[in-house]
Order: sequence, then C-alpha cells, then structure tokens
Amino acid sequence: MTLTAPKAVANVQKGRRVALGAVVPLLVLAVWQWAASSGVYSAAQLPPPAEVVAALREMVGRGELWHHIAISTQRVLAGFAIGSLMGLALGGLVGLSRTASDVLTPTIQAIRAVPSLAWVPLLLLWLGIGETPKIVLVAIGAFFPVYTTVSAALAHIDPHLVEVGRAYGRKGLGLLGTVLFPAATPAILSGLRLGLAQGWLFLVAAELIASSMGLGFLLIDSQNTGRTDIMLLAIILLAVIGKLCDTVLGVVESRLLHNSGRGTSSG
Amino acid sequence: MYSAVSAVPLTLDGVGKAFTADGRRRAVLAGVSLEVAAGEVVALLGPSGCGKSTLLRLACGLDTPGEGSVRVGGRVVSGIEPRCAVVFQEPRLLPWRTVEKNVAYGLPRGTTGEKAWQEVAHWLEVVGLAAFARHRPRQISGGMAQRAALARALARRPGVLLLDEPFAALDALTRLRMQDLLAEVQSAAGTTVLLVTHDVDEALHLADRVVLLGVPEGGEAASVRSVREVPGARPRDRGDAELAALRVALLGELGVHTPVRL
Repeated sequence: MTLTAPKAVANVQKGRRVALGAVVPLLVLAVWQWAASSGVYSAAQLPPPAEVVAALREMVGRGELWHHIAISTQRVLAGFAIGSLMGLALGGLVGLSRTASDVLTPTIQAIRAVPSLAWVPLLLLWLGIGETPKIVLVAIGAFFPVYTTVSAALAHIDPHLVEVGRAYGRKGLGLLGTVLFPAATPAILSGLRLGLAQGWLFLVAAELIASSMGLGFLLIDSQNTGRTDIMLLAIILLAVIGKLCDTVLGVVESRLLHNSGRGTSSG
Repeated sequence: MYSAVSAVPLTLDGVGKAFTADGRRRAVLAGVSLEVAAGEVVALLGPSGCGKSTLLRLACGLDTPGEGSVRVGGRVVSGIEPRCAVVFQEPRLLPWRTVEKNVAYGLPRGTTGEKAWQEVAHWLEVVGLAAFARHRPRQISGGMAQRAALARALARRPGVLLLDEPFAALDALTRLRMQDLLAEVQSAAGTTVLLVTHDVDEALHLADRVVLLGVPEGGEAASVRSVREVPGARPRDRGDAELAALRVALLGELGVHTPVRL
C-alpha cells in the first residue's frame, strides 16, 4: 500500500494538470457558442461549434481530410528532417569554431531576418509548384531555431568540463562525443522542438500560395468557397496537430534527459 | 591483480610562462627548475595567484611553457601527457554520467570490457564509493564527488598524479579525511604526486618535500623560493613538534607571522 501511495498522488496531480489545461479551451468553446448564437456575427462569419463538427464529419466521410492531414504532415516531417539536420551541422560548426562563427554568423542572421512569406515567390520561381518548394520552405523554418540553440549551447559549454575532457586525452570527435554533445543535449532537444513548431508555421505559408492539398490549401480554399466552418476546422486541426507533435517530442526529450539524470522538463 | 602504477619522475627545467591580457604581456613563471623523483610527493606552496596552478597545467600538457622544458619519465611533454592525471579544485564530474562512468572516463585508452569494469570497481572501492556507483554527481556530496574525481584520476594509472588544490573547497573535517585517503592511496599505489596547495598543514602532512613558490623582491614572475625536506616518514602525526616548527617557518615565508609567547 505504501508503495502505491506516491503513484496515486502523482496520478491525482496529473489529472489536476489535465483538468486545469482544459479550462481555457472549454471557456473559448463556450464564448464561441454564445457569440455565434447571439447574432453579433452572421453564420457565414462565425458558424457555431456544431457546424464545424458537422464539417469534420462530412470531410472524414468523404475521406479527403486524411489526405490533407497526411500530405501536410509529410511535408513538415520531410522539411523538418532536412532543416534540423542542417541546423545541427551548421550550428555545430559555428558553435565550435570561432572562425566559422565569424565568417557565417552575420550572413545567417541576415537570412534569418527574412520573413517566411518573402521566400515563397522566389521558391516558386526556382523550384516550380511541386512538393520541393514547400519542403524547402519548411526546412528553412525548422533550420533557424535548431541552428540558433545548437550554436549558442555549444559556444557556452562549461570550459571546466571541456578541460577535463582534454586532460583525460579526448580531442576532436572524442571530445565532441563525450563532453560537447552530451553537455549541449538539453539545448539541442529544445531547439528541435522549436524547429518542429516553426516548421508547421512555414508549412501554412507554403500551402497558402500554391497547392492543391494540405491544411494550408484547405484554409485558402475554404475562404474562396465561403466555407467558414472548414476554415475554422483547418485552424483547429493545425493547433491540435502542432500540439501533438510538440508533446511527442517533449516526451522523447524528458525520457532522454531523465535517462541522463538531468531531471524532466514539462511536455 | 592490480599491478602497481609505474611511477615516473617529473622534471621542470628552467620553465617560464607568460600570458598576454589586454595587449600586455605578464610573466607568471620564470626559471622554475624542479626535480620530482619517481614515487615522491612534492607539495607546491605559495600565495594565491603566484602561478602554482599554471605550473601544474604545464606539467600535464594543458598549457605549453614559453621557455624551458617539462619532462615526464625523461620524455618532453608536448600536448596532453597520457602518463599524467589531474584532479582539479572542483570535482568536474560529467553530470550526465553516473559515478562509475565518470571513473571509467579516466581509464587509459584501450581498457575495455570486463577489465575496464574491474578497474572501475576497484577504484570505487578504494575511495569508498562502491555503494554509490550508480548515483549521479548531483546526488552525492561535494566530498564524495571529489573522491570520485580522485578515483577517475587513479583509474588512469598515472605515472604522475597532479592535484590542483583538490581539497580546498571541502569543509575542514572532510578535508582531513581526504588527506588521509590520499596518503593511503599514494603509499599503496606508489605514484609520483605533485600537490598544489595553499594549506601549509596539508603540505606538511602529505609531502616529502615542500616547494615554496613566490615572486622575488623587485621581480615580476614567480620562481622557486625554497625547497624543504619534511622530516619523518608518512603518514605523519599532525601534532608533531618538529613539524610545528617547520610550519611556523613556512608561514613566516608566506608572510604570516606567529606571535612569540614569552
């Protein structure tokens, strides 16, 4: 009995957290319902929640919703994979080499200042309207948070620990693998989470402009056809899927950090 | 089973080192010559900032001397010297590794598998941390962490063990226990030890010879001011009268004067 007690307490705490987290969404839902039925907005401007649920049913029934979700997810994952790998590589280079940092940092910071939508016309011009420009844009979006956190983390590793590595005969890859990389792991993981979130942001920018499928397309298409219910549905789906992705990475993160004895971080 | 460490001599020959800060060159050490015999324990004593730690970093290859040479076992040190192991003032354990994996970090290259774990278990036993092998550094006390750091250095089976004020950050009681542990381990392993300290009692308790570093009058860089043999075999009695006299003399050279009672 005494052994199960702490677990029971943990479960209660977890239940409390979920309940508290649900308060604001439920409140939003209630206000939405009230605003839609009070006549302040027309049904075309703000359909009630029930209509959005009906739209969800309709699209699931026609089987097209999965298509949109699948293609968007695929674009995000492909772009995130490319962008985060480049972010790790360049962030690692800039974080570890003073010279590389001096050469690359000004340029990368300048490119970073370009808003996501500014890339779209150029990417369409150069890469056509297929999958490539969308994946590239997502990769650009995922790159910067990963690059920034990784380069900053590697540049600020406790020099005492690096010295231990050197004193005990580690250099080059040995030093990277036993001291630098493990020391930067927490920052790298949070950089990956930020990168994935930003990947979703850039995806919508890509799909808004030139696409025939995906959640961003659903947004622009619903605007053209006056289907505000589908528009709201797409926005809610983006929120839910984005949160889901972040939660998955959060769980991976806390597992990894817990295994390395550095406590857990919230998911 | 655990072959004794093959202790090697450490030789400093006219060693000098200068650092440049804000465009100004500042000499820290000049003309330091010192011969530490194999298996000998030498304490480096001196006021803070006199270059004691710099000298130790030169000995293990973390820094390179501007002039003169450092030899370990007759071979000139260039780059990190594999026959040296360092214990720093702070434990500097890798926080993501368990205590035993931190100790394993010190193993010489090529020690793997069963042999590696036997070595680690042995050194954990020696420093009394066998029960804490799976703990993380943040789960153990400062004294235990410093013991783990000592085990990490010993796991390297160093010909020369370099200790940079290893007990300075510990509380008084833990420090005394650590000194006894070090004396015990040293006499069992027989390794050469260069101990940097600012604690005269620690130097007298542990060392065969005490080397006083300091800046000569009118000079800028520190060099060897005096070398004194510590009488009596180790382990020494902390209350010995002859040591007390030596203590007063050393403190006097460091500028701390003991009032004369009539």
